[in-house]
Amino acid sequence: MTQPNRIAGGQIDRTRTLRFTFDGIPYTGHPGDTLASALLANGVRLMGRSFKYHRPRGPISAGSEEPNALVELRSGARQEPNTRATVAELFDGLEAKSQNRWPSLRLDAMAINDRLNAFFTAGFYYKTFMWPRSFWERVYEPMIRRAAGLGSVSREEDPDAYDKGFLHCDLLVIGAGPAGLMAALTAGRAGRRVILADEDFRMGGRLNAETFAIGNTAGADWAAATVAELASMPHVRLMTRTAVIGAFDHGIYGAVERVSDHLAVPPPGKPRQILWRIYSQRAILAGGATERPIAFANNDRPGIMLAGALRAYANRWGVAAGQRVAVFTNNDDGLRTAADLKAKGVEVVAVIDSRKGEVVIDTRGRLGLKAITIRDGAGRTRSFSVEALGVSGGWNPNVNIHSHHRARPVWDAAIAAFVPGPEGPPGLLVAGAAAGVLSTHGALRTGCDAARAALDLTGAAPDLPQAEDAPVRISPLWHVDHGRGRAWIDQQNDVTVKDVKLAKQENFTSVEHLKRYTTLGMATDQGKTGNVIGLAIMAELTGRSIPETGTTIYRPPYTPVALGTLAGRSRGKEFKPYRLTPSHYWAQEQGAVFVEVGMWLRTQWIPKAGETEWRQSVDREVLATRKSVGICDVTTLGKIDIQGTDAGAFLDRVYANTFSTLPVGKCRYGLMLREDGIVFDDGTTARLGEHEYVMTTTTANAVAVFRHLEFCRQCLWPEMDVQLISTTEAWAQFSVAGPNARKLLEKVVDQDISDAAFPYMAAGNITVCGGLRARLFRISFSGELAYEIAVPTRYGDALLREMLARGAEFDPIVYGTEALGVMRVEKGHVAGGELNGQSTALNMGLGRMVSKKKDSIGMVLSQREGLTDPEGYRLVGVKPVDRNGKLTAGSHFLEKGAAPVAANDLGWLTSKVYSPHLGHDIALGYLKAGDRRIGQRMRAVNLLSGQDTEVEILSPHMFDPEGERLRG
Amino acid sequence: MASLQPLTALGRREPVTVTHGPLTIAERTDVALASVAARKGRMADLAAAARAAGVPLPAPAAHQSGTPYSAFWIAPEMWFVEAPFASHELIAEMLKSALGEAASITEQTDAWVAFDLAAPDLAPLLERLCNVDFPVVPAGYATRTVMEHLGVYLIKHGAGAVRLYGPRSSAQSLLHALETAARSVF
Repeated sequence: MTQPNRIAGGQIDRTRTLRFTFDGIPYTGHPGDTLASALLANGVRLMGRSFKYHRPRGPISAGSEEPNALVELRSGARQEPNTRATVAELFDGLEAKSQNRWPSLRLDAMAINDRLNAFFTAGFYYKTFMWPRSFWERVYEPMIRRAAGLGSVSREEDPDAYDKGFLHCDLLVIGAGPAGLMAALTAGRAGRRVILADEDFRMGGRLNAETFAIGNTAGADWAAATVAELASMPHVRLMTRTAVIGAFDHGIYGAVERVSDHLAVPPPGKPRQILWRIYSQRAILAGGATERPIAFANNDRPGIMLAGALRAYANRWGVAAGQRVAVFTNNDDGLRTAADLKAKGVEVVAVIDSRKGEVVIDTRGRLGLKAITIRDGAGRTRSFSVEALGVSGGWNPNVNIHSHHRARPVWDAAIAAFVPGPEGPPGLLVAGAAAGVLSTHGALRTGCDAARAALDLTGAAPDLPQAEDAPVRISPLWHVDHGRGRAWIDQQNDVTVKDVKLAKQENFTSVEHLKRYTTLGMATDQGKTGNVIGLAIMAELTGRSIPETGTTIYRPPYTPVALGTLAGRSRGKEFKPYRLTPSHYWAQEQGAVFVEVGMWLRTQWIPKAGETEWRQSVDREVLATRKSVGICDVTTLGKIDIQGTDAGAFLDRVYANTFSTLPVGKCRYGLMLREDGIVFDDGTTARLGEHEYVMTTTTANAVAVFRHLEFCRQCLWPEMDVQLISTTEAWAQFSVAGPNARKLLEKVVDQDISDAAFPYMAAGNITVCGGLRARLFRISFSGELAYEIAVPTRYGDALLREMLARGAEFDPIVYGTEALGVMRVEKGHVAGGELNGQSTALNMGLGRMVSKKKDSIGMVLSQREGLTDPEGYRLVGVKPVDRNGKLTAGSHFLEKGAAPVAANDLGWLTSKVYSPHLGHDIALGYLKAGDRRIGQRMRAVNLLSGQDTEVEILSPHMFDPEGERLRG
Repeated sequence: MASLQPLTALGRREPVTVTHGPLTIAERTDVALASVAARKGRMADLAAAARAAGVPLPAPAAHQSGTPYSAFWIAPEMWFVEAPFASHELIAEMLKSALGEAASITEQTDAWVAFDLAAPDLAPLLERLCNVDFPVVPAGYATRTVMEHLGVYLIKHGAGAVRLYGPRSSAQSLLHALETAARSVF
């Protein structure tokens, strides 16, 4: 297989040949090639179809600014759409397909859109899909969605892994062209920690694409030697294939390293890409400049490309994009393309310099450029047969990253381009072409200066090597106004000069409106080649200057980032870490069903043989507990150790009720309010010593309560002597509940825990199983005689097994969160559904717990008129009048006969369970004036499930309301 | 207390050691841990008592080794004190009797899983896991950081020696994160 357009030279390894396919056709290239350079070498110019009109397109650039040559790379689960062929590194076996065409790239049926272009102008959707209204969602939206978008996704799970990481440096240099290399060299030689990042796989930037000398060597060789020197410095980190994608706050930069994209498959265990967060003291943007085209009729044919790209393909990759070429330029730099190509032996048939009054007015060639028509200064037209045309409209400094904090670039008339203004991300300097300094000498000088300024380096500046220092000579030309042919500005989004004129005509003259109305500058290339022409044409049309017209806001990412890269390792089962309870391994052995509670995996229920439905297990667990004894792992409840001479006073302030009077060796239920008087959390707190308390919180609020207490301690009352630390994980804690709870515990506890010795609400340090330190609390969530017993976590599993073994005569069972929920609803204890962040102590029937004898957080605001309304919500119990009636949490209370509308709403069911003791559904709910409605009948209506159930309102304490069992 | 067999944070009878290339991750179950916080206005008393008892109280972001007590700073006037588990399982009680009323002391042994990481250079591993400028900080550096959403304490004993304390209940997840990163790097 030959590569007909491969010419001499270039930084490719001709000793090795790589095989690849494009649309199934095999080709060859060499290491160092991109997919685009290899295809061009093989004479393939047509690489894609445009978004809207399905126009045949080839690459116009040789870098990440590419709007046209978007392909699908790889196949199967690794298929990736919208990959720019100009940056896709060639590897052996690479598989690429064109996209946005049917049935083939050369013959695309959707190209009919191009014939119908008169209809598909800017604003087409808004004007066309207006009526009938009923078509909006059913017809138009599905139709537009089908037509929209480029490429296709595999719909398979991404098999690759993505890492995240953190890097630190004194100086981050973004871009490894002459300015970036010089900056890194200056900083590196000064011994500073430097990260030099470049999105390309070869450092050197334009030096690799040009024939300039630096000192006595070719620019590319100087770059290679500089890179080698930098590589020898241990404090310098060279990061190729690494695109800095954004400047974020406080000197933090985001960067994506393409670790394995140049390989067929990442090595085992290795990530495909890494998203780096780079913390830099200072940064230098040396991201170079992007050439811009000139708009003229039919300027989008494959073979027409930026002049700089044309010579980059020749110089760096040894590729002539065509055997006969022409150059169209408005500046001196474009002339270099003609000179370099001539030197390479390529036939340059015409150089059209707009400064002499010459312009290209039209082109021909359906699937690739065949000829151009020019008009000279005297108005004569001529045609040339060519295969490639290099166009240079000048160079735009890549100001993007400098503008990520919304800094507006400023217009520099000398180079007819926007350059970074005085503002920008703190600590970020700009050097080289990115700063609008377009000569090689200027790049070296500003790179060196920027590094010295950024790092406050003193001493004499080093001698810089000799390099070209040609001035920029440009006479701006944005578009050629000639004839009826469409002239393309933004090739990715098919935006033409005519669209900009239409936007102006319809008064979308603001640059932000221009973007939204025409789609100029959207999608993967973000208008890197097209934006400035578009706004310059708008400026012409409106009579405003270009700086008055301005640019749109630049936002990260600078180049497209795969979603997988942003997700990193947080996918599927690894989306978040798990927390396992001390009884987890035991429960796993029993075949427990687990439920995610925050990060915790808690036992939800434990099915026994023969149980086919979850309710059977839960009912059994509830009945067995209430009959004898059940054990539940409650380690997940937050535990906070509170010590200090002011610990009691501190608790008085954070809890609505009083704790300073709690005797040592006792515990008490506490209610914690937010500042606004709404209930924040609840739990029991025990006093283990004169200055030592241990607080329990709900599982869900463990972190929030700890954070709140720290805020109170550090910020509200720093004068108090209080020390806090979480002990949630330090202790394995089990609830032991049921009539035989004490008898079971007596089998493991070393001390006397008779009712006299350890009465209701007692708490204290004990020992178990012959001396192991433990804590015992006589508290009950289930309404049974119940205790919570805690041992150091490593012994939790053993304690559970020991309790089950030693207490076997009591048939103990281990119950899960569902049974826990049933028993607490039976007892009317509030939990998540009632602690909903909108409810007060009064709503919960706990109004008297808010002590007025002392100040506490939320006490004052809980007395607000709106929160103390006697007609307000009160917690009630609910049962269906018909025992078989079904209740659903979320149903709303309505009076009999009332229409199910919001105006008649009297409250809602917060939690619902089936009570195996009572033999029917029960629920808790918030009901307006509920405390005065006990015994009344009303309806629980659920419009979503269609339920309308007659219910009786009960006290929330539906089981053992006198509490005889728990004091037994 | 003979009858209760402890489980490690990873749910085993014995601590786990895994190796990947040059990296060794060793679970440590032989460390007793307690928090020591100075009572308000009692720092001088605490410092004196700690000096007498041989309990180091290092400066912020530092770890100080000693026998039997080592310690690292975790918050203003607050430290975690380490000691051998075999001799100091009752570390909280022992410290209370040594430091008296000048400090609030809480047992923390089983709140954490401890992993010792060893490799010739841990920097390439740690840069994939946490925002610590590992090559720059000195040996004896101690900090709180985050690895895969998990808050951990990281103590640098040397370029190739690190102790991590992570939340005990997430020991499996933390080990998985360490091993995954190790496969990426080594």
